[in-house]
Amino acid sequence: MSELLNNILFLPEAASTFAERVDALHYFVVGTTMVMSAGVGLAALFMFFRYRRRLPAQATEYVVPTLKTEFLFVSVPLVFFLAWFGIGFRDFTWVTTPPKDAMDVYVMGKQWMWKFAYPEGPNGVNVLHVPANRPVRLLITSRDVLHSFYVPSFRIKQDALPGRYTQIWFEATKPGTYQVLCTEYCGLSHSKMLAEVVVLPAEEYDVWIKEQRRGRLQDRQDALADTSLVPPVARMVEQGQVLAGTQGCLKCHSVDGSQHIGPTFLGMFDRLERLDDGKDIRVDEAYITQSMMDPGAHLVAGYQNVMPTYQGKLQGPETAAIVEYIKSLRTANIREGASEGPAYDAIQ
Amino acid sequence: MTPSSSIASPGAAPAHDEHHDHHPNYLVDGTTIKSWLLTVDHKRIGLMFLFWVLLFFLVGGIFALLIRVELLTPGPTIMDAMTYNRTFTLHGLVMIFLFMIPAIPAVFGNFMLPLMLGAKDVAFPRLNLLSLYIYLAGAMLALWGMLNGGLDTGWTFYAPYSTHTTTTVAPVLFGAFIIGFSSIVTGINFIVTTHTMRAPGITWFKMPLFVWAIYATSCIQVLATPVIGLLLVLVTVENLFGFGMFDPARGGDPVLFQHLFWFYSHPAVYIMVLPAFGVMSEVVAAFSRKNIFGYRAVAYSSLGIAFVGFFAWGHHMFVSGQSTFVGGLFGVLTMLVGVFTAIKVFNWVGTVYKGAVDFKTPFAYFCGFLFFTVFGGMTGIALGTVSLDVPWHDTYFVVAHFHFIMVGATIMAFLAALHYWFPKMFGRTYHEGWGLVSAALIILGFNATFIPQFLVGNNGMPRRYYEYPERFQALNVASTAGASLLAFGFVIIAMYLTYALLYGRASGKNPWRSKGYEWLTESPPPTHNFVGPQPTYPEEPHFYVDPKKAEVPDAV
Ligand code: HEM
Ligand SMILES: [Cu+2]
Repeated sequence: MSELLNNILFLPEAASTFAERVDALHYFVVGTTMVMSAGVGLAALFMFFRYRRRLPAQATEYVVPTLKTEFLFVSVPLVFFLAWFGIGFRDFTWVTTPPKDAMDVYVMGKQWMWKFAYPEGPNGVNVLHVPANRPVRLLITSRDVLHSFYVPSFRIKQDALPGRYTQIWFEATKPGTYQVLCTEYCGLSHSKMLAEVVVLPAEEYDVWIKEQRRGRLQDRQDALADTSLVPPVARMVEQGQVLAGTQGCLKCHSVDGSQHIGPTFLGMFDRLERLDDGKDIRVDEAYITQSMMDPGAHLVAGYQNVMPTYQGKLQGPETAAIVEYIKSLRTANIREGASEGPAYDAIQ
Repeated sequence: MTPSSSIASPGAAPAHDEHHDHHPNYLVDGTTIKSWLLTVDHKRIGLMFLFWVLLFFLVGGIFALLIRVELLTPGPTIMDAMTYNRTFTLHGLVMIFLFMIPAIPAVFGNFMLPLMLGAKDVAFPRLNLLSLYIYLAGAMLALWGMLNGGLDTGWTFYAPYSTHTTTTVAPVLFGAFIIGFSSIVTGINFIVTTHTMRAPGITWFKMPLFVWAIYATSCIQVLATPVIGLLLVLVTVENLFGFGMFDPARGGDPVLFQHLFWFYSHPAVYIMVLPAFGVMSEVVAAFSRKNIFGYRAVAYSSLGIAFVGFFAWGHHMFVSGQSTFVGGLFGVLTMLVGVFTAIKVFNWVGTVYKGAVDFKTPFAYFCGFLFFTVFGGMTGIALGTVSLDVPWHDTYFVVAHFHFIMVGATIMAFLAALHYWFPKMFGRTYHEGWGLVSAALIILGFNATFIPQFLVGNNGMPRRYYEYPERFQALNVASTAGASLLAFGFVIIAMYLTYALLYGRASGKNPWRSKGYEWLTESPPPTHNFVGPQPTYPEEPHFYVDPKKAEVPDAV
């Protein structure tokens, strides 16, 4: 049944849990739209014929609707529209709220390619490997202009904004290869900004990611043997640690829980921070990124607005690496409460 | 002045009133170029707008065909990627700012509003002429920019692409900014005219529905246009001098751009479509010889649309990173626009009930209009259903939807108005058979062009794609074939209307036996609209009731 409907409507294969929900609502909406349009159209056609003009100057009766008729005209469409909206909004909330156990992948749009980075694995360009039947959260950003990450078979789409992370999640249901398109006009080669998602059965995916890591290790050893160059940093966390040092983050933020000019990184991720306007904010990827790009936006209570912006200084993957580094500094036995004030007076 | 010597003459209708020779109609009252270029007569200004608007429609149409030919094959067909990007930008810009926004208000609004209100002119005749020249100045500047460098941002100019692109942004945006003033000036003029120049007897609820629609449109124009003006200036400055409003690398916010842009451009959709609704209310009443079923509901719903139209802009941004809650809010508000439109649709169909339908060309356009509005409107509601918009956003589904509702409805109304009021404006008639044939071609061609675009959007083809994956081709070929049919329909119209203008038979004062107020005067009207005493308005417009029959309104 849905196979047939999909063919009539030219819908691509539905390959995610969200796709099934979207399609179900789609059939309902298209169905009622067709019935309503046909109703209006046929009624109109019937009347054009039934009430055709017989005399050039024919007089007509003065007919006006009763209040009841007008009420009907308003309420019938309203009930339908609100029903569609209700279902649609429930599904939308679902797709914008990733489950806690989702696996993270960083996505960066760039004129004109898609880059993917796994916290625990390899980086890639234009090919994204994901496991089937496991929720995957995408943290999406852009390096230059607006892009939009679109996988028709998953029915998901999310804009990529420079200087910000947005998120969406999906759970692929069928192994296979699916196309990724860019749907926000981004200049000359906008229509060539294509990529693909390779969905592997979960076990194969685990094997794949292990191999990737081994491959990286192998590369590193080969590189050492061949040229004795400094080995490339393989993992985002390590990369983030290096960056936090070279970019000067650690001048103000400690990683051992001690207080300094800024809040400590230790145990920061997922902590509830008390802000100086009295509100609380949960430290997540978006908050950390915003704190790097626009430090004054949410000031933690007790700290001065002294941090410089890293907008333009850090590239997308570098930002992601630092975020991953901070996430890795989560320890179970460390304090849960908000940061305390600085240990030294801030440099004015 | 011999009756058949020039276009300007109405032809020798036998029933001319005796004043004719002393009170020439507006077309022949002064025939020098100067008497046209410096006229303050709203009817002449309306005609000059008609000329320019049609010219720009032709330009935009040629670009549309170029786009469609390029998309005939998946790879490059007739142009390179950069040219294509400039072509669709030019198509969108010309169609929106130079054709659809001014089309009905500046042409038919200008011409009909004073006639329908029993006024001798609009409130500020000189300002009216100024708005024409502002429009032309802006149009020329924008077109000059497009030809010297060209803009490749799409008509939405999204930052930060538009602030970075090396193509010429400044003259085009500044041109659009200037055109905005024309829109505002016309809007103010119509609002003041409606408030102060109604003839005795025309109360608010005896105004023709076209006046209501133009009034609501003018309110939107006056309130929303300054916002886009401001935005265009900001983008221009940012592009030229590198200010940081919308560029995150300088602490700006690209999403702010989208809010400001859609705050104008969403209501702008109603600037385009409300006048179309107004025209259709007149046409359906005239050709079914019936009073409008639910006159007040139709009038109020115009104001309703104008009002909620301001609060729906966020539905363009469901996947832009705005919060889920805000997405929901804008989704619900979008539904309200749909309900107001539904009221209108039901009342138009209700108007035919117990009427006397004469299936002439304007009525054929009414049929097409009904279909495009219902289908375009319903797909709009579907897009407001947040989760469905996620896959559809920025695909051809959206392109098809907005062509259905704003282009389809507006073009149908524009052509209906042109045919319905042709005798009023020129005093001549066109060939009815050709009228029906071309209406059929256009309605068919339009469907054949855009229904495949709904499907190719469903299939996942993004908009603004120069090249596309192989699997989208069949539907693109269908769409291009439809576009040729559509273009052919327009060629036929151009031919028989030009012929009618030159050689058409005299139409007489009121060939449709319409009870619209504008038909109370001569066709074409004399310079100051009326000769002798001002007409009186004892009845509501479109009152076709047989006086011998019951006075008692019967209810359904
Ligand atoms: C023969 C009739 C027409 C055809 C075949 C046509 C075709 C197209 C196509 C294919 C696009 C999409 C370009 C893209 O996104 O890549 C487009 C966009 C557009 N069209 Fe048309 N069109 C036609 C008539 C009109 C008319 C009459 C109007 C307005 C009065 C109009 C207004 C627009 C607008 C505003 C856009 C958006 C431009 C943009 O994406 O920046 N079109 N048209
Ligand atoms: Cu892109």
